Amino acid sequence: MTFRKYLILAAVAVFASCGDICLARGMKDFGAVTAANWQQLFGVVLNPWVLTGIGLLFLFFGSYLTALSWADLTYVLPATALSYVLMALLAKLFLHEHVTLSRWLGIALVTVGVGFVASGPAVTPATLPQWDPCDSETRLSNSARGDA
Amino acid sequence: MTGAATYGGIAAIVITATTGDLLQARAMKEIGDLGAIRKSQGILEVTRRVLTSPWFMCGLFFMALAFFSLLVTLSWEDVSIVGPASASLTFIANAVAARLFLKERVDHRRWLAALFVAGGVALLAH
Repeated sequence: MTFRKYLILAAVAVFASCGDICLARGMKDFGAVTAANWQQLFGVVLNPWVLTGIGLLFLFFGSYLTALSWADLTYVLPATALSYVLMALLAKLFLHEHVTLSRWLGIALVTVGVGFVASGPAVTPATLPQWDPCDSETRLSNSARGDA
Repeated sequence: MTGAATYGGIAAIVITATTGDLLQARAMKEIGDLGAIRKSQGILEVTRRVLTSPWFMCGLFFMALAFFSLLVTLSWEDVSIVGPASASLTFIANAVAARLFLKERVDHRRWLAALFVAGGVALLAH
């Protein structure tokens, strides 16, 4: 993992959260979709907020695909989960949604989860057994080799 | 509108998003490191390879379905409920599906990460 790769993972999180916030803002202008007005949903792409949201989500998509080209899906998804933390903070600042104690706790859990996966390898070849410092079996066999 | 419609909307988002993610991860693994291809053959070659991948186009179709399910569900319920609930379940679904279909080695660390993130994202809904 190089600095450039971490930068791409950060871009995934930032573009995803800003894009979703813009979409949410745009859909608030539209109101509830019902059986009567669903045809107008196609016109919603002309809303400037939705348009900006789609633009940001395009940027998200480019950086997400780049990340997937050199890392596992089960690495990229948790590693970029900070977007949900950003989304909660942006929703508070920008859409004036209330951030309660349990949401702060959620932010903490997501951050710990991101820490877990980011400290591990980005790619795990399914065919090759890898040394894993968290796995007691490989740790034991490695310390045994060190003693010998 | 809440209740059954919201649950149905969230289920639709989770299923279509997971399928899309799997297909796209598979496409990108077949194409290879986009950064390296861009350096050696330019951004046009990267675009050509991505857009001509059948896995990618199938993935894109499912992502479009997920996007419209999200838009419709967002009109019934707040983004602070729909976003975290669908995302949380998608994390778990993806970890299981990546192990089954992509044969990714989902070790303890990645299960923990998926569970912590899913739990955290679910709490963000309150």
